[in-house]
Amino acid sequence: MQPQGMVSSADAAASALEAGDGGSPSLIRTFLQGRGSSAVADGTFRNLMMLCSLSIFAIVAFIAWELVKGSSASIHEFGFAFFRTETWDPVSGEFGAWPFIYGTLVSSLLALLMAVPLAIGVAVFLTEMCPRPLRGPISFLTELLAAIPSVVYGLWAVFVLVPLMRDHIGPFLLKTLGWTGFFGGYNMGIGMLTASIILAIMILPIISSITREVMTAVPISQREAALALGATRWEMVRIGVLRNARIGIVGGVILGLGRALGETMAVTMVIGNSPQIAKSLFAPGYTLASVIANEFSEATGDLYLSALMEIGLALFLVTILVNALARLLVWAVTRGAPARVA
Amino acid sequence: MRDSIKTGRVRSAWRWSANHVFTLLAVGSTVLVLAPLVAIFIYLLYKGASSLNWAFFTQIPKPVGESGGGMANAIVGSGIILAIASAIGIPIGIAGGVYLSEYGRGRMLANAVRFTADVLNGVPSIVMGISVYALIVLKAKHFSGYSGGVALGIMMIPTVIRTTEEMLLTVPSAIREAALGLGVPAWRAVVSVSLKTASPGIITGCMLAFARVAGETAPLLFTAFGNAFWSTNPNQPMAALPLQIYVYAISPYDDWHRLAWAGALVLIAMIMVSVSLVRYVASRGILKGAS
Repeated sequence: MQPQGMVSSADAAASALEAGDGGSPSLIRTFLQGRGSSAVADGTFRNLMMLCSLSIFAIVAFIAWELVKGSSASIHEFGFAFFRTETWDPVSGEFGAWPFIYGTLVSSLLALLMAVPLAIGVAVFLTEMCPRPLRGPISFLTELLAAIPSVVYGLWAVFVLVPLMRDHIGPFLLKTLGWTGFFGGYNMGIGMLTASIILAIMILPIISSITREVMTAVPISQREAALALGATRWEMVRIGVLRNARIGIVGGVILGLGRALGETMAVTMVIGNSPQIAKSLFAPGYTLASVIANEFSEATGDLYLSALMEIGLALFLVTILVNALARLLVWAVTRGAPARVA
Repeated sequence: MRDSIKTGRVRSAWRWSANHVFTLLAVGSTVLVLAPLVAIFIYLLYKGASSLNWAFFTQIPKPVGESGGGMANAIVGSGIILAIASAIGIPIGIAGGVYLSEYGRGRMLANAVRFTADVLNGVPSIVMGISVYALIVLKAKHFSGYSGGVALGIMMIPTVIRTTEEMLLTVPSAIREAALGLGVPAWRAVVSVSLKTASPGIITGCMLAFARVAGETAPLLFTAFGNAFWSTNPNQPMAALPLQIYVYAISPYDDWHRLAWAGALVLIAMIMVSVSLVRYVASRGILKGAS
């Protein structure tokens, strides 16, 4: 009796649902119809979200467009020779970017030279040797270095690092390595070497955190295998870890290079801002980013402004290339592991 | 026979010392890296705290030669510029992150967005500054607070997109499916379930992006420009804390140097406090349920 009754009531409900007109519509149907379809809202929401994520491409295109438009006068006037010309003389209208390119390359490469061994040392220490209770605090501290604003680094460099360079480190280098010719001339404390040191301090956290990330991605079995063969800890790190992580480490180094190339404020405050090419590292220099920072707001004349815009364009293209390369290398190693924001 | 034993001993001695040398080097480099950090903080506290006083927070800069004065206008200006930046950067960034995690998994387009965001993160801030200068300041023919806000807002977007995506990826699929199974529209499931569940992490990510741009000077040089007087009108040149620190640091006056140290201390304190506060609150789960 009972099954029979259930079937008949289900039938009744189904026929009521299908009937639509006539009879009373079911409660569910009235509720669903009353609320309307969510297809439109869903589609709109989805497209809105997509539009916002596409804004990333719009931003890159906008920067490129503004820079190309702004620098067209300079590109037209000087052509490719702009990047090879050594004179930068706004008064007579001669603009060449070579001293800035030179300064940027030398300061960034010197900074890498100092930062990379230290960064790898920190990463090795943190992943392979550090006692567990210390690991958290130390990695937090190194990441704190990345949170300090550039201008505060600059302030510290101007009042602490520059006097230190002038009175202690500089004379010492002159005495011991003066014969190489890299540490000659008048040592004012400001100059290429000081800028490189502050740059090295600033790019260290990013290199060491990427290195740490790729080193943690190396499977533990690699380490165990090396140790089982009788390797010492250093041999284990060299054979089992660094060798496997090398592509990722190179990626981290290139990422650091990208940071160093575009770093503006701290470098501007200590590099001396003089468009010259000197062999001595005590001599003042100038970088692409700092010439923009210093001269952009007082640039008189369209060509002057346009030349500075072209320097900005060069900086933009170079950092885009460098960063793209670095990301690809890091992704190649940590693929599978969840991505992290640097 | 003896020779091979001897070389074996020499080799193991060599390996033993190499091991210890490199252990020492690793420890030494860690110490060397932490040294400047400690030095910077000690100097900031020592120099900054001694020049910090009530006037710093209440007065505007005095003309050259008069001692005293403060950075009240720069603190307020930074607040206004950062508010504009957050109004631009946070909604767009969160929406972009929602697309990547909720709709774009495994798609070429999403991968391209992710990659471009990472690359954009590495573009020097000064380049952002001159682009916004060309877009807004050149056309308006004057420097303005809101152009500075736009520049910083654009810089926030990549970071917010990536952290939002990461946080949303940690939300278990079962929760989304449960919401959808109850007949909730997809957009509603994203807003009230996925975003709400991930909100502590997303707020932390936004604060990190905020802290990153709060200390930026280079993009403000040609947009907000700085102002020695009170100005709360975003259509006018506006003072900002990092800009003021820069101007005072490279000035030749001792009095201004003291103010620069005090400003740097306040800036760092603001950044650190906001970041650690949000981290603490997020880790305690108090923000859970906040939308």
